[in-house]
Amino acid sequence: MFSKINIFRGKNVLSLLFLLFFSFNTSNLLANDLEEHAVSQSSDSTVNNAAEAHAAEGHDDKVDITAVAFEHILDSHSWHLWGHGEEAVAIPLPVIIYSSTKGLQIFSSSKFEHGHASYEGYSLQAEKILSSDANETIYDLSITKNVAQMIISMIIIVLLFSSIAKAYAKTGINSAPKGKQSFFEPLIVFVRDDIAKTNIGSKYMKFVPYLLTIFFFILLNNILGMLPIGANLTGNIAFTLVLSVITLIVTNVNGNGHYWHHIFMPPAPKWLYPILIPIEVVGILTKPFALMIRLFANITAGHIIIISLIGLIFIFKSLAVSPIAVAFALFIDVLECLVAFLQAYIFTMLTALFIGSACADHNEDGAHTSDDDVHVAKANH
Amino acid sequence: MNLFILNALVTPGIGLIVWTTLVFILLIVLLGKFAWKPILKALKEREESIDTALKGAEKAKAEMAELKAGNERILNEARAERDALLKEARDTKESILAEAKTKATKEAERIMQTAREQIINEKNAAITDLKNQVATLSIDIAEKILKSELSNDEKQKTLVGSLIKDVNLN
Repeated sequence: MFSKINIFRGKNVLSLLFLLFFSFNTSNLLANDLEEHAVSQSSDSTVNNAAEAHAAEGHDDKVDITAVAFEHILDSHSWHLWGHGEEAVAIPLPVIIYSSTKGLQIFSSSKFEHGHASYEGYSLQAEKILSSDANETIYDLSITKNVAQMIISMIIIVLLFSSIAKAYAKTGINSAPKGKQSFFEPLIVFVRDDIAKTNIGSKYMKFVPYLLTIFFFILLNNILGMLPIGANLTGNIAFTLVLSVITLIVTNVNGNGHYWHHIFMPPAPKWLYPILIPIEVVGILTKPFALMIRLFANITAGHIIIISLIGLIFIFKSLAVSPIAVAFALFIDVLECLVAFLQAYIFTMLTALFIGSACADHNEDGAHTSDDDVHVAKANH
Repeated sequence: MNLFILNALVTPGIGLIVWTTLVFILLIVLLGKFAWKPILKALKEREESIDTALKGAEKAKAEMAELKAGNERILNEARAERDALLKEARDTKESILAEAKTKATKEAERIMQTAREQIINEKNAAITDLKNQVATLSIDIAEKILKSELSNDEKQKTLVGSLIKDVNLN
């Protein structure tokens, strides 16, 4: 099932590239209007600042777009807002270190002075905290930019949906939904009916809260990540890893006898078991692994494409490139809006599919088990 | 440098793993309790209430149709009953009329009969009376005639003579 989607995704990327290279018809005027906005989005990429920074470090004055791009994609110990080098405006975030020798330590990331200074034997190099003591093992549990955004998104989601829940309690069930209630209700019903019910089958209601949480958590962070100062949380492999592992746990905890029977006693000749059983067992892990990679790669790729397109201006060192670069960046930006929804949907849908295949009632492939199918299956017995 | 960055890109950081786990589980618990449970409950209730309302409407419609059919039936019945009543009344009227006619005819006949009988009786009585009177009158006349015929001896001798003349003494 998900291999199909991979192919589909692959096609998407291909057609995207074609569009990228052949759609030169975008209005230059519009591009000029939006140029300022787009440049501010890749705030670090101003030629002078970047050049100065690199000159200061003793490199040639060529802009290292790769470094700029990855600076945006990777996590950071401070929340960079705008400016570069000494003029950079950034919010320092708390550094939390659990050390094998010194225990828990908490201090502000401003103590590192953007990697220029060391503090209590710790130094920050390329956003990695290193200890001067070779015997000391440290675990970096800092509230990084990603963690901070995650906490903000958690607060937003909890406040938003608890206020929606209050609206339901207040207006009762006999009135039509209003405002944000009516905006989110179709999404909630979509996740419940078209994702959970279609893929899981009769026991779907049990998993709807989990699927809703996953859907809105990924969706909100996808959208926040697209903001100029947002963190690339959903494009971080640690984040997608945790979500996938939780899906893995939920799937296998709810796996019924049929599911395990299919893994350890597949419907095949016995002599094939030495090959099939390892494949099936690995299959348990590859499903969530694919989930992890898919979300991470899609979101990260989108960010890289946008930054690279804007970076073209600085690579060619010509303002003439900017209309085309900005037009493409805008195009990809709009596409990323779609991808934000699409990836949240795909992650949720595949999670539902995996859960469905694990707890399907006497159905061979487990997918699309409806109540009717169950009745038919029972009738056949 | 690039290799290092790529390595950083695909290496999950322990800090983010821990925080994501914490935040996500907290989110599931918080949302599950304060958001999804009441929202899903309300949605289900609303759907059920809509469903019930629709079914109720359907039922009301059916009831309405049934009621209409019932009304029609009652109306038809009433109409039939009215027709029956009218027919009955007409029949009664006719039978009463017929009976009255028969009775009247009979009565008339009876009266006629009585009258006829009475007339006959009267007639007979009159005839009898007349006969008697005629007899009396005849007698009286005869008497008077006799008286006048036989008033003198001459006449008596003439009569006797005629009488004797008629008599053949054979």
